[in-house]
Amino acid sequence: MNLLLVLPLVIPLLSAALSLLAWRRIALQRMLAVVGTAALLGCGVALLATVWTNGIAASQMGAWPAPFGITLVADLFSAIMVVLAGLIGLAVAVYSLASMDEPRESFGYYPLLHVLLMGVCGAFLTGDLFNLYVWFEVMLMASFVLLALGGEPDQLRGAIKYVTLNLVASALFLAAVGILYGIAGTLNMADLARKLEDVAEPGTLTALAMLFLIAFGIKAAIFPLFFWLPASYHTPPVAVSAVFAGLLTKVGVYALIRVFTLIFVGDTGFTHTLILVMAGATMVTGVLGAAAQYEFRRILSFHIISQIGYMILGLGLAGLTSSPAVATLALAGSVFYVMHHIIVKTNLFLISGVVYRLGGSFELKKLGGLYRSSPMLAILFLIPAMSLAGMPPLSGFFAKLSLVQAGLAAEQYAIVAVTLVVGLLTLFSMTKIWAEAFWKDQPAPITEPLEMTAGERWKLMLPIVLLAALTVTIGIAAEPVFQLALRAAEQLVDREAYIRAVLGVPS
Amino acid sequence: METLLAILIGCLYAAGVYLMLRRSLFKLILGLVLLSHGANLLIFTAGGLTRAQPPIIAPGEFDLPANSPDPLPQALILTAIVIGFSVLSFALVLFHRAYQTIGSDDPDELRVSDQ
Repeated sequence: MNLLLVLPLVIPLLSAALSLLAWRRIALQRMLAVVGTAALLGCGVALLATVWTNGIAASQMGAWPAPFGITLVADLFSAIMVVLAGLIGLAVAVYSLASMDEPRESFGYYPLLHVLLMGVCGAFLTGDLFNLYVWFEVMLMASFVLLALGGEPDQLRGAIKYVTLNLVASALFLAAVGILYGIAGTLNMADLARKLEDVAEPGTLTALAMLFLIAFGIKAAIFPLFFWLPASYHTPPVAVSAVFAGLLTKVGVYALIRVFTLIFVGDTGFTHTLILVMAGATMVTGVLGAAAQYEFRRILSFHIISQIGYMILGLGLAGLTSSPAVATLALAGSVFYVMHHIIVKTNLFLISGVVYRLGGSFELKKLGGLYRSSPMLAILFLIPAMSLAGMPPLSGFFAKLSLVQAGLAAEQYAIVAVTLVVGLLTLFSMTKIWAEAFWKDQPAPITEPLEMTAGERWKLMLPIVLLAALTVTIGIAAEPVFQLALRAAEQLVDREAYIRAVLGVPS
Repeated sequence: METLLAILIGCLYAAGVYLMLRRSLFKLILGLVLLSHGANLLIFTAGGLTRAQPPIIAPGEFDLPANSPDPLPQALILTAIVIGFSVLSFALVLFHRAYQTIGSDDPDELRVSDQ
C-alpha cells in the first residue's frame, strides 16, 4: 500500500477529528488548521514528485485486488489537483485566522474546512465511480454547512439553491452509476474503460454519458446548469467563498475530464461536440453575466463560470481530433488552465475581502480611492486580474495560448474566436473593478472605519502575496509548468497506461 | 417484475420532479426524497433481479452457485440510503431555519440573493 496515496485523506481527517476534540479551544483549532493544511500541501508535493518520477501510482484499499476493492489512483493530473487543494487550503486557513468571526470559529468552521479538503482530495484520488460519489457527498456536506454557517438571511437563501441543485445532481449521478453497473458489472474506472469498449449497445452508453455530463455539469457550473453558483457564492464569508471558488467547481471539471477521457470515448463525435458547444456557451454567458454586475464578489462568481468554459474547451477539442498530439495539447491546455485558475481566482476572492475591510463595502459604486490609500493592494489586485484576462507574461496568457493553439490545430476556428472575444470581455470586467474600486475618487467617506491591527494585516496579506507571486512565477517559468501539464495530458490520453497501473497486466 | 419496478421508478421520478416544481419549500424536500428513492430503486433494478436465491456460498464450496444474484447493488444502495438520509435531514433543518428567518416557504421569495 502506497502511503502517499492515503495521506492526503488521512491528514485532513485527523486534523478534523483533533479540531473537533479541541472544540472549546479555538487557539488550538487555528494552529491545527495551519499545520494540517501545510502537511496536506507537503504531502501533495511529495505525491507529485513520486508520480513524476515513477509514473501512475495505484493502491488497493484493504488489499482487495482490483477491480473488486476500492482503488486509489494518482496520475499527474490527480497529483497536481491534490497539491492545489493543499495550497488553497493553506492560503485560506492563514487568511481565516484574521478574517473569520468568533461565532463561526466556535461553531466548527475549522473542522468543516478540513472535511471539505478531505472530500476534495478523495474525489481527486479515487479510481472507483461509486467511491467518487461518496467523496462528492463528503465534500458537499461540508460545503453545505460552511455555506449556511452563520445563518444570515442571504446565506440561507443562497444555501437553499445550492443544496437543492447539488442534491439533484447527486441523485442523477447515483442513477447513472446504477445503470452503468447494470450494463458493465463493474464500477472501477479502469475496468470500465476496458469493458465498455465492446458493449453491444453504444446508444445506451451515449445516453449514460449524457447523464454523467449533466450530473458533473451541475457541479462544475457549465451552461446551462450554472444558476446556483452566482446565487450562492457571494453570500458566505470571503474565506469560504475563496475556497469554494478555488476548489469545488474544479472537482466537477476534474470528474468530467476523467470520465470523458477514460470511460466515455466511444462516441466522441456526439458527446465531445456537445461539450465543445457547452464550453463556448459557458464562456459567453459567464462573461456577459459578469459585465452586468456591480458587486465585487458577484463579478468574480460569474467569471468562475466563464473560466470553467475554458477548462471544458480543452476536453471537447481533445475528443474531436483524430491526432493524439493535438489531443494532448488540448488537454494540456485544460490542465494548465485549471492550475492557473485555482490560484488566481482564490486570490481575487481573498483580495475582495481585504477591499471590504478597507472600503467597507463589496459594491463597486460605494468603493473608490483604494489606489491612493493602499497602492500595494492595488498592485496585488492587478496581478491576478490581468492574469485572469490573459495578459502576458502572466499565467493566464499561457493557459489561453495553449488552448488557442490546440483549437487551431484541431481546426475548430469558431470556438477559437469565442475564446479570444471572451478574453477581451474579461479584461473589460477586470478594468471595471480597477476603475471603480481602485482608481476613481472615494464617493463618500466610509461610515464605519474598519481598523486592522498589524497582525491581522500580516495574516490577510501573506496568502495574497504568496498566491500573486505564484501567478507571476507560473508566467515567467511557463515552460517547465507547461511540460508538467503536457506530461499530465499524455497520461490522460494514454488510457492503456492508466488501466495497466490499476489492474496490473491485463490477461 | 422489472417492468413493474421500471414503471414505479418512473412514477417516483415524475412525482419528485412535479413536487420540486411546486412553490413550496416543504414540497421541494419531499420531491428530493422521492428522487433519491427513485435512484435507489433504479440501482436495485439495474443490478438485476433474481428471486429466492440468496447469494450464499455453501459450506465446502468456493464459488457462488450459478444464477446467484449480485449482492453488490444492495451494498451500494445501503450506502446511498445512509448518505441520502443524512443529507436530506440536513436539508430539512436548513429549510426550516430558512423558513424561520425569511418568514415564507415560497421559493420565489428567495430571489433577493440573485439580484
